Amino acid sequence: MRILVIEDDAETAAYLKKGLKESGYTVDWSKDGRDGLFMATSEKYDLLVIDRMLPGADGLSIVKLLREEGIKTPVLVLSALGQVDDRVRGLKAGADDYLAKPYAFSELSARIEALLRRGSGQAAADTKLRVADLELDLLARAASRAGKAIDLKPREFRLLEYMMRHAGQVVTRTMLLEGVWDYHFDPQTNVIDVHMSRLRQKIDKGFASPLLQTVRGAGYSLRAAD
Amino acid sequence: MQRTRLFKSSIFRFTLIYTAVFGLSVALPFGLVYETTVSSIDRETNAAIVSELRALGDEYERLGLESLVEILNERSLDPTDRDAIYLLVDDAFRPLAGNILEWPKEPIPDPAWLRFDMQIVEGGQSTTHRIRSQVLHLSGGSYLLVGRDMQQRRRVQSSVRGALGWALALALGIGIPGGIFVSRWVLRRVERMAETSLEINQGDMRRRMPVGEAGDEFDRLASSLNAMLDRIEQLMTGMRAVTDSVAHDLRAPLTHVKGRIELTLRGPRDAEAYRSALTDALAETDRILDVFNALVAVAQAESGVTRDQMAVVDVGDLARDVVDLYEPLAEDRGLALVLSAADGAWARAHRQLLAQALSNLIDNAIKYTPEGGRIAVAVRRADGQVEIEVGDSGPGIPEGERERALERFARIGHPATPGYGLGLSLVAAVARLHDAKLAVGASDPGRKVSPGLKVSMVLPGAAEPMRAADP
Ligand SMILES: Nc1ncnc2c1ncn2[C@@H]1O[C@H](COP(=O)(O)OP(=O)(O)OP(=O)(O)O)[C@@H](O)[C@H]1O
Ligand SMILES: [Mg+2]
Repeated sequence: MRILVIEDDAETAAYLKKGLKESGYTVDWSKDGRDGLFMATSEKYDLLVIDRMLPGADGLSIVKLLREEGIKTPVLVLSALGQVDDRVRGLKAGADDYLAKPYAFSELSARIEALLRRGSGQAAADTKLRVADLELDLLARAASRAGKAIDLKPREFRLLEYMMRHAGQVVTRTMLLEGVWDYHFDPQTNVIDVHMSRLRQKIDKGFASPLLQTVRGAGYSLRAAD
Repeated sequence: MQRTRLFKSSIFRFTLIYTAVFGLSVALPFGLVYETTVSSIDRETNAAIVSELRALGDEYERLGLESLVEILNERSLDPTDRDAIYLLVDDAFRPLAGNILEWPKEPIPDPAWLRFDMQIVEGGQSTTHRIRSQVLHLSGGSYLLVGRDMQQRRRVQSSVRGALGWALALALGIGIPGGIFVSRWVLRRVERMAETSLEINQGDMRRRMPVGEAGDEFDRLASSLNAMLDRIEQLMTGMRAVTDSVAHDLRAPLTHVKGRIELTLRGPRDAEAYRSALTDALAETDRILDVFNALVAVAQAESGVTRDQMAVVDVGDLARDVVDLYEPLAEDRGLALVLSAADGAWARAHRQLLAQALSNLIDNAIKYTPEGGRIAVAVRRADGQVEIEVGDSGPGIPEGERERALERFARIGHPATPGYGLGLSLVAAVARLHDAKLAVGASDPGRKVSPGLKVSMVLPGAAEPMRAADP
């Protein structure tokens, strides 16, 4: 997987490169918007990470230009402007995700993974999602594990659906807040953890192999035990 | 006012327009009077000439030349009609009768209206009079001329003209100083505003536009400018407060982290010690970031949101979502979290910020209410307004401290409970952003022990938005 990082700050770029390489990606780096745009249009990347504030250019205008060129590579925008409305602007410009600085590396890598795997795996049009023996019927709004029906509240259903669509990936609390509640702020207390432990009670209790795992310092992951 | 500025100045332009309008309003009616007077004199004179000529012509046909001569002589002597002119000549233009001596030199036009000038001696003075007349060629070959002296008309004409001139002069005499006075008066107020804004620009943010008593457009302009200045000052004060508190409240923990790192580096090269110092530093920076993010949210609510980033939302739905988010947590803490939401409680709101404010309130209620307690969230609709209320059965905040609890970094009691004292200041900022009334009170004021806290936010309601067509 090849990732292009367009970021003017050398230190941040080095930190990103190191982290992403350790996660197994091939990383190219461009220091300014013009070169970055050139690289992004002339070579094939699986993902672009673009800083919002580049010298002489707004990262969003690069995203816009790319989209106008018909380049559909997923884009993650990094920004020091973390306000909700900046985020909305970012997504409108054609970015696929928007992450405010400062962020934890685990947050960034989870989002990158989610963007890279998007489209693969379970198709959006599927009416049934499956992970190991856990099954979610989107039409009937019903869940079952090993054939046994699980009774879920509407919110739990959406939470599980999100986890199943991101099966095998690390999903952060912020991603859940954004993806399931559409909230772009951090509640002061970790409310997500309580939701997840409820969900775990319902889908894992009484089964030998737990599917919903906590990833320390990062978030959660739904996967079949190896 | 300087010369060079005179022609560019609004005073000059205003005065010009003012005078022109004034002058026109005098000249137009005068012109009208003049026109109608003169033309009615003309009409009457012409009619008189035509009918007299016709009558005399008939007389001639009936009684012959002699009789006509007699009549003419008689009429020429009539003192009552001194303007009438008669002349009867034979075919060789020799006078036969009448009150002028010779046939005018002008050729006889066709139709036979003849205008000519004639010297008239009156009181020893000879003046040129204009005569208007008509000529009839009689069957016997002689010519009959009947006319009127138009001197009277001239006199009327010239006196009306004179009056018009005077009136115009008067109009200018009043109009120009009047225009200058009025525009001075108007523009002085504009100038005063310009001076005031210059002073404000030069740094005196306290200055305000002078507002008069009249409540006219200028007063309204001045007071809306003042309102704007108030808002700007308030924003600046808010910003300063944020900067101050950021400086104050982030400097301490940052210094702390820095000291800790320096100390560790100076100490023994021990991997275990390094690790624990780094872990501490990380935890501390996380806390700093929390504070920072909370401050940014407050600052955004106070100044960073424009009206177009708001939309009409169903506040009941919004509350349902937030309650839904906190419900498991409340249950874990042994608290009952209940919601009663009215249908159709529409309000224009920033969904994210309003949800964040509500979540801060519920978060507080969960944090400060002891186990077994109850938290009630309500959304109500009354008089076109929407009320959001969060009440709990906890210790509440003493009456005298409620105001202060809304301030940044204010913590009231509960030293053992973690918190930055920023939650309620975001609530206050969000309330202000939504033009909402915020009230902090007790859930059950009668109780001494646990009166509970009740926070209510009343925001202006909105009409239900049109449902967008299905995508
Ligand atoms: N529901 C409540 N019951 C009792 N006291 C409260 C309640 N809500 C707030 N307070 C008091 O008001 C103070 C300010 O509340 P605020 O939410 O602003 O800060 P915090 O909860 O201490 O910290 P933060 O919300 O930033 O994590 C609190 O410290 C607490 O003493
Ligand atoms: Mg709080």
